[in-house]
Amino acid sequence: MLKPAEFKNPEQEIERFQRRLAVAGALVLLAFFLLFTRFFWLQVVQHEHYRTRAEDNRISLVPIVPNRGVIVDRNGLVLARNYSAYTLEITPGKVADLEAVINALAGVVDIQPKDRKRFRKLLEESKNFESLPIRTRLTDEEVARFIAQRYRFPGVEIKARLFRQYPQGELASHALGYIGRVNDRDLGAIERQGAEDNYRGTEHFGKTGLEQKYEFELHGQTGFEQVEVDAGGRAVRVLARTAPLPGNNLVLTLDAKLQQVVERAFGQRRGALVAIEPATGGILALVSMPGYDPNLFVDGISPQDWEGLNTSEDKPMVNRALNGAYPPGSTFKPFMALAALETGKRTPQQTISDPGFFNFGGHTFRDDKKGGHGIVDMYTSIVQSCDTYYYVLANDMGIDAISAFMRQLGLGQRTGIDIEGESEGVLPSQEWKRKRFRKPEQQKWYAGETVSIGIGQGYNAYTPIQLAQATAAIASNGVLFRPHLVRHIENINTGERVPIEPEPLRTLPLKPANVEVIRQAMVGVNKEGTGARAFAGAEYTSAGKTGTAQVFSLKGGKYEAGKVSERLRDHALFIAFAPADQPTIALAVLVENGGFGAQSAAPIARQVLDYWLLGKLPKDAAPEFEEEVEGD
Amino acid sequence: MTELAFRPREWWQKLAAPIDPALLGMLALLVGYALLVLTSASPERLNNQFLNLAVALVVMRLAAQVPPQRLMHLALPLYVAGVLLLVAVALFGDVSKGARRWLNLGFMRIQPSEIMKIAMPLMLAWYFQKHEAMLRARDWVVAALILLLPVALIARQPDLGTAILVFAAGFFVIFLAGLSWKVMATLVFGGLASLPFAWTLLHDYQRQRILTLIDPEADPLGKGFHIIQSTIAVGSGGILGKGLGNGTQTHLEFIPERHTDFIFAVLSEEFGLLGNSFLLVLYALIIGRGLMVAANAPTLFSRLLAGSVTLIFFTYAFVNMGMVSGILPVVGVPLPFVSYGGTALVTLFAGVGILMSIHKHRMLVQK
Repeated sequence: MLKPAEFKNPEQEIERFQRRLAVAGALVLLAFFLLFTRFFWLQVVQHEHYRTRAEDNRISLVPIVPNRGVIVDRNGLVLARNYSAYTLEITPGKVADLEAVINALAGVVDIQPKDRKRFRKLLEESKNFESLPIRTRLTDEEVARFIAQRYRFPGVEIKARLFRQYPQGELASHALGYIGRVNDRDLGAIERQGAEDNYRGTEHFGKTGLEQKYEFELHGQTGFEQVEVDAGGRAVRVLARTAPLPGNNLVLTLDAKLQQVVERAFGQRRGALVAIEPATGGILALVSMPGYDPNLFVDGISPQDWEGLNTSEDKPMVNRALNGAYPPGSTFKPFMALAALETGKRTPQQTISDPGFFNFGGHTFRDDKKGGHGIVDMYTSIVQSCDTYYYVLANDMGIDAISAFMRQLGLGQRTGIDIEGESEGVLPSQEWKRKRFRKPEQQKWYAGETVSIGIGQGYNAYTPIQLAQATAAIASNGVLFRPHLVRHIENINTGERVPIEPEPLRTLPLKPANVEVIRQAMVGVNKEGTGARAFAGAEYTSAGKTGTAQVFSLKGGKYEAGKVSERLRDHALFIAFAPADQPTIALAVLVENGGFGAQSAAPIARQVLDYWLLGKLPKDAAPEFEEEVEGD
Repeated sequence: MTELAFRPREWWQKLAAPIDPALLGMLALLVGYALLVLTSASPERLNNQFLNLAVALVVMRLAAQVPPQRLMHLALPLYVAGVLLLVAVALFGDVSKGARRWLNLGFMRIQPSEIMKIAMPLMLAWYFQKHEAMLRARDWVVAALILLLPVALIARQPDLGTAILVFAAGFFVIFLAGLSWKVMATLVFGGLASLPFAWTLLHDYQRQRILTLIDPEADPLGKGFHIIQSTIAVGSGGILGKGLGNGTQTHLEFIPERHTDFIFAVLSEEFGLLGNSFLLVLYALIIGRGLMVAANAPTLFSRLLAGSVTLIFFTYAFVNMGMVSGILPVVGVPLPFVSYGGTALVTLFAGVGILMSIHKHRMLVQK
């Protein structure tokens, strides 16, 4: 007011300033309104989205792996179980320099390059708040050493984890199978089962045998811990816990002691034996020799062991009982005879005169008895294993009639046993040959080929379990069961035991009189025929049939045992059931390169029957088990 | 002499004389609210913040006592000193986290750019007051130079947040002084046109911040992490918030700098839209009060100064909340009167003191 007025108009000046101030005020309000709109958008409109994201940030589900079910034999003897062992585990989220910590730990406990390798692999697959094992199965001494120095290793701890263990070692390894670390193929199986959630945190998966087939029974229900984690991934506290439910136990039809009798009887020899309860299809023994120690696989098998198992000439990883397809040799004859009776091609009384050979189409099929068996009826043909009788019979029946009958007995088809990967074998027929070969001249079935089929040679190739199943079908008067290894599945959470019911696949419309003829003939084999020596003095009546399968001479060479190397010798076979009138066991046994069935296969069958029927053990061997009957 | 001891009432009156009770009341509410949030964001810093507040209040009371005419005399020396210090920083400053912002004086470290937040509006208000009678085009150009020199020095440190605040403080003075709308429009369009050029002047990390704002999810664990996590904190707060101390984003350490620049995320998460609105209302009232002080100020200098100081409060608040809620790039601007930290509090309360002084001297002729 006191300022000179001539240069400006203060009123106007102030008015302009206040207008500017008003504009500024309006802009402030506009800006705040903009902020409010943004808050409204985030906190009201999008609230649900951001709430979820905050929760996802905060909460992590940490799986608790359930105890895998145990596997016991029919008497409760433990074949697969879990044991608790100490592992040394690192929580990567709590450790700044992993490499340095591992190096320091190596000064306290033994850490191999293989342990480091495994740890790195686990690290790639895991979240960093999970603790991961750097060493498994610490010794008590190592545990003590670590605990004394624990203060040096924050983020490292000793944990008790469960490991799979097969206390009987190699026993029944091919039936049990093994578990190993989950791989991509297993993930596929888990996905198909829709069990991804339940397998979070699971590190092991059944790879073969029962462990594979019953994986989803054995696994159990994974539990979860809801853990609050901070931005660094460190677990802050446990919010909630759902306890895991242990997997179901398997109680097998298998008798571990019987299994052991067989495996000892085989000794160093290769081969297979399948013993079945004819009335149920329950498998009493499933042997494939040599076996392997499934414990090697639990923690990830070492490259050397794996190499050894896979390159061995003995092929210990092959389950011969299910995947070895062998010509049945003369064990085929009882089935041929039954086919002849059922199709009316023969009566038991009909005889042939055996000169020791059979000429067909310019080719001579020889009997292995020089000069022949003379006058041979059906009983004699089986008891003495007369080839000529079956050359003629096969020729009379024709390949397709043979094939049709054998198919009913389950030969050349998967039996449906509860183990994956069973082979089909070969049941030859005209149709089979058309499909099998490409060139038209190979696709044609020649009548001459039928002749050797009659004695179980030629294209015939069956797995030991198929032979056992067919033998059991005769023992049960024509009822064919699906062979199975599991007797019940035990849910230890509810105490419920679900029995696996015998599953008759079909009942063959066999005339009891015809079956009786075969039964008598097979009894004759063990009494006065090719099996008589092996079964001398048996306190029960058994039925059997020996067999020898050519390994080498299919293409026309001449077999002489002395001249061919051990690996090219004939396979020895034997089928049997007992007691003959009320069979409780039927079996097929094959000894690779064992020579004549009567020599090497029949004695094994004798030991099995002696043990099963009389509880008698071979003189030299009393089964020794780590006796433990599952109580929990 | 002894009467002071015996007359506490009079003593108190003397102490409270330059204080504007309305402004102080609103600030007390705001600061109380801020302390409440701090009990959740970082309770261990509560005592320190009380100390900071005490210092800031003393500074406010001292500033309130200085009449505007005296402040005018301070303008030029303070500005010149500020610029010199900024040059010194550029030459001898300490480098910390890739930026040269601090000057080590031996006994203490100071951040001269902070001085500029007050010196800039003082200087420009003084300049306009001086040329009040005859503003010519040349004067506007000089004003622009006065503004841009320190801003450029600060931006080069680099400290984009402070540069923006100092620029805003000066620009508000020029705007309120009546820079013609035409010129402003020209500057705005010119500025937009030169954006591509400005882009090349930015540091890599500054460019990255702008890119991050546009698409934070492109790098959710790296550059985008701060924006994403603070946006989640705000959004997950909902209408009522999760309650004091219950913010999971905050307490599980998903929020970076949760007691300083990102304290608004904590407030938002725990008090929700309601708490945010309360904060906006408090700021609006304080700014309203400041604009009233400006409107009633007697001289051009005090009008411009009061207007600028008030609008600076707004700039702090808007930039900070905009950044935390993901609509502005991440720049180091605290939430005014709320964020933990002494420097910002002292500067802000010095501004409040200036406002109070101007309010007190609203009549040209004192009674």
